[in-house]
Amino acid sequence: LSTVATAVIGSRLLHNSRWYSISHLSVQDRIEEKRRAALVGGGQKRIDAQHKRGKLTARERIDLLMDPESFVEYDMFVEHRCADFGMEADHNKYPGDSVVTGQGRINGRLAYVFSQDFTVFGGSLSGAHAQKICKIMDQAMMVGAPVIGLNDSGGARIQEGVESLAGYADIFLRNVMASGVVPQISLIMGPCAGGAVYSPALTDFTFMVKDTSYLFITGPDVVKSVTNEDVTQEELGGARTHTAVSGVAHRAFENDVDALLNLRNFFNFLPLSNKDPAPVTECHDPSDRLVPGLDTLVPFESTKAYDMLDIIHGIVDERDFFEIMPNYAKNIVVGFARMNGRTVGIVGNQPKVASGCLDINSSVKGARFVRFCDAFNIPIITFVDVPGFLPGTAQEYGGIIRHGAKLLFAFAEATVPKITVITRKAYGGAYDVMSSKHLRGDVNYAWPSAEVAVMGAKGAVQIIFRGKENQAEAEAEYVETFANPFPAAVRGFVDDIIQPSTTRKRICRDLEVLASKKQTNPWKKHANIPL
Amino acid sequence: PSVGGAQVNVLEVRGERGLRNTAIVHVSVVFRTPTHLWVLQVSYPEWGLFHTCACVCVCVFPQVHVKMADEAVCVGPAPTSKSYLNMDAIMDAIRQTGAQAVHPGYGFLSENKEFARRLAAEGVTFIGPDTHAIQAMGDKIESKLIAKAARVNTIPGFDGVVKWRRADECRCVCLLGYPVMIKASAGGGGKGMRIAWSDDETREGFRFSSQEAASSFGDDRLLIEKYIDNPRHIEIQVLADKHGNALWLNERECSIQRRNQKVVEEAPSTFLDPATRRAMGEQAVSLAKAVQYSSAGTVEFLVDSKKNFYFLEMNTRLQVEHPITECITGLDLVQQMIRIAKGYKLQHKQEDIPINGWAIESRVYAEDPYKSFGLPSIGRLSQYEEPVRLSGVRVDSGIQEGSDISIYYDPMISKLVAYGASRADALKKMEAALDNYVIRGVTHNIPLLREIIVHPRFVAGDISTNFLPEVYPDGFKGHPLSAGDRRELLAAAAALHIAAQLRSQRFLGEQRVSAAAQERRHWELCLELEKSVHMLAVSHSRGTYTVEVDGEKVEVSGEWNLASALLPLSINGSHKVLQCLTRSPAGDISLQYLGTTFKVRVLSVLAASLSKHMPEKLPEDTSSILRSPMPGTVVGVAVKPGDTVAVGQEICVIEAMKMQNSMTAAKTAKVKSVHCKTGETVGEGDLLVELE
Repeated sequence: LSTVATAVIGSRLLHNSRWYSISHLSVQDRIEEKRRAALVGGGQKRIDAQHKRGKLTARERIDLLMDPESFVEYDMFVEHRCADFGMEADHNKYPGDSVVTGQGRINGRLAYVFSQDFTVFGGSLSGAHAQKICKIMDQAMMVGAPVIGLNDSGGARIQEGVESLAGYADIFLRNVMASGVVPQISLIMGPCAGGAVYSPALTDFTFMVKDTSYLFITGPDVVKSVTNEDVTQEELGGARTHTAVSGVAHRAFENDVDALLNLRNFFNFLPLSNKDPAPVTECHDPSDRLVPGLDTLVPFESTKAYDMLDIIHGIVDERDFFEIMPNYAKNIVVGFARMNGRTVGIVGNQPKVASGCLDINSSVKGARFVRFCDAFNIPIITFVDVPGFLPGTAQEYGGIIRHGAKLLFAFAEATVPKITVITRKAYGGAYDVMSSKHLRGDVNYAWPSAEVAVMGAKGAVQIIFRGKENQAEAEAEYVETFANPFPAAVRGFVDDIIQPSTTRKRICRDLEVLASKKQTNPWKKHANIPL
Repeated sequence: PSVGGAQVNVLEVRGERGLRNTAIVHVSVVFRTPTHLWVLQVSYPEWGLFHTCACVCVCVFPQVHVKMADEAVCVGPAPTSKSYLNMDAIMDAIRQTGAQAVHPGYGFLSENKEFARRLAAEGVTFIGPDTHAIQAMGDKIESKLIAKAARVNTIPGFDGVVKWRRADECRCVCLLGYPVMIKASAGGGGKGMRIAWSDDETREGFRFSSQEAASSFGDDRLLIEKYIDNPRHIEIQVLADKHGNALWLNERECSIQRRNQKVVEEAPSTFLDPATRRAMGEQAVSLAKAVQYSSAGTVEFLVDSKKNFYFLEMNTRLQVEHPITECITGLDLVQQMIRIAKGYKLQHKQEDIPINGWAIESRVYAEDPYKSFGLPSIGRLSQYEEPVRLSGVRVDSGIQEGSDISIYYDPMISKLVAYGASRADALKKMEAALDNYVIRGVTHNIPLLREIIVHPRFVAGDISTNFLPEVYPDGFKGHPLSAGDRRELLAAAAALHIAAQLRSQRFLGEQRVSAAAQERRHWELCLELEKSVHMLAVSHSRGTYTVEVDGEKVEVSGEWNLASALLPLSINGSHKVLQCLTRSPAGDISLQYLGTTFKVRVLSVLAASLSKHMPEKLPEDTSSILRSPMPGTVVGVAVKPGDTVAVGQEICVIEAMKMQNSMTAAKTAKVKSVHCKTGETVGEGDLLVELE
């Protein structure tokens, strides 16, 4: 071995006089020195500054995210290759450059991770940095394991010019290739600006850390110069903005520690790849547990609201529901839970917000979630209480037709087990959309309070009995005919009318039956979802 | 029926002649109170003779008592003035169902003479006293005069209706000297009642009391009397038939109160000797006889430290706390009321009335006990399990899992009764009952109840109506943890955390899981509890967690799992029931331990050491914003933007659960904006007024 090492040093000596000065060190010593250097990243001063900002370092984050001693690092010795603007100087080279990459275990299951190191050139993306990320993404796809990105980067390594841009594009391409193959999760833990934002945007889930993370195409200064808007970093691209206004991020956490511990929990819901089944964990909550509270939940007046989360929490294992986008388009609730230990995706209209109607934002939110579940073998349970699509110029001009179609498309193409429970209203086209029997729903239930109809009684009566004197009587007739689950049940559009308290029991049983469901769509290059 | 006394009683009833052939075949049970459930549960189905009917309002429609009744009639929408207090609607319901008798329960119309009169006019039996007695005793002024005449000890005071700003009443106040008690003449249950220590307080007290009295009873007359400081509230249960016979069924000690509403009651009282008991009993009976009382009734007394007792009022209905009397005497009061209503003579003689054992009742309220010993809270009971499996425990409630606790009714969840051979035995059972009571979704007062019953002063029987403010002068703060408590709590939290960790690594049928994590048997944890940090070493083998806390070993085992609401743990061999309320992935665990909910943060040593870098998030400055402390209705706003308010000045008044609460300014400042209007409904935490 030592002969080989000497030979290597010898050959370097010929080309690079710089090596000569440290040639008195043995290779072993140099390895150790490089490792030590890699472990401190940009140095103690920058680490202290990072801590002062309330942020952890790239390695501390990985330590918290991964099981103890499970992380295996790749490319610790990679250095950037830029020779311009004095970057080639020794003090500008950091072993591993501005990202830590590798694989490890989360609760025993494999995950690939990259963690950008803000202490090294502000976490900026060099060609080498991109190459490291691409390497683990390629391997993750090959072995079938999720990729988790911990983003904390000032942007492109400007000194490298197009090489940095190429690096972004290399990552984007892999994000796209990996989409639907392995779950991809981005946790934004610092700035993420410019072109860099498109990598998280391409991944399945984007989470943010409150107060310390930002996502934007251009920062406040550029915004001011272009549109003359005065806006703070936080208002423009902080966690609140993206989780409540733009819908770019799926959830925000209090701080780095909170975010990483929550990410470990979230990871347990996901299958490792599209070839793996949704995980099943040990479950202590009896699968045949009755939920008596549900029998009295839906109010008698159909205009009165209730909280769909009460149904979801009551039905799932241990009231444990990981809601996705809890503050955005709140008229639809989506998220992960378990039924008898098995991961399921839950979609529910939320009567508490805007009567649970479907609008542009809720359709897009629902559609993306349904497609994730379908891509990764996660059964979908849909709770329906929808008065229809939201009317108005704002919605029509915004393209509710196009966006509403996404949700319809997503439910229709999904081939995972689909169970639907109509808790109350299922009106109009929205009835069709919400995982109806007609879109290949496997098991569709109605609660006794269900009303499946083209529209509410008032509107319908005005059309059917136009000009008729006794509108109230007509309305009563309509209610008698349609405001109940029978019209749908007699046609077989719902499989059964069930007592709400038995819903958990029924769904658990159905999921067991449907676990072996096999359904395929016709061969195609890819479908053309109305984007 | 689960408590010894009552159970025996039901058996007796079955073999009893009189009622089997009774003609009351259709009893209408009105109102949403736990008593009715008791009536439905025990009396009627057991006898098989009655057709029961419950009146309900729209808001509470699928309530428990509706299910238990054979027939239900809707009497109107949620505000009680439109439903349970709407006499026309209730009379209609009675006609519609052909009810022959009505049990009015307590509260609402139970002591309304007009209601009794209208029932009598339609030939419907009112299961309660005659109109005459209700009228005489329902009016505090008249009842006091009658009591005096019947040689019952009464409190010195002004025996007439008082309207403020009249010279003679001011004088009357002066003559009496402060403190004085202002009471609604038609009142009860602490509503419309205020204590005043000065002229200013008297004026304010009058305003509130008359408003409250008007809204609760439709009668704003007030009376005023000397306030007896530090008294006990002890009441005598009486039972009288229509043939001039009357009995006293011993006392109930109801001194543990907050804002004049009872919280914990017991029977008998530790304070009374047989002679005082007899004297009080005899005066109570003599009062009942003086008004030709029939049915069950309660004569309330204030008892001072020298065992002098004064008549307070007589309640002409079944009391909330009647179960404890049933426990110690073995009589079923509801059954007795029905017998008496049918005109039967009393079955018992005074010497037949025993004191068997000891009974304690805790009123479980949907209230936040950390705010003035209990401000109403609302919500949906997401999980609810009564501790009815325990022996010697009886729970009377009108709710079930999924019920909504709304702003429209008293916030009482249930009456929890523990019965034992001795007081110590009953207290032990009450402790267990409170620990095993699962209430999720609304804030409740179990922390306070659990503390009261183990407090040395309560255990010693050294109590008065000022117990709570004396014992907790700075407000109730929850259970104070001893070093031993702390170790137990930390060990339990650590065990729970590790159990969750272990489970999160167990995937069924998964091939691609590394075994390394599952082989781990030892953990180092860092726990934070009440701002102090503890390092714990935990090891696990065969269901037992050995936790080293502060140098001492604590063993935690037991039959529990992560899904169960109750955690019956064996901690170092002693049996403790804890409840895990929440468990977050970031290590935050809320545990109910000895009644109080404690927040524990459990982190790995690594996570804890990295947590020190996390930024501290500043809480919102609350001195310049006024938020509603509870859900309710705004009944008055005293300020508008631009006004300057002084510290303590009233800003607005919120009415919740029939109590008016004055919201005051926390600092002297200009009003920036007002976010509420009179008549508006507000939720807990809603912004009311912003100051500059």
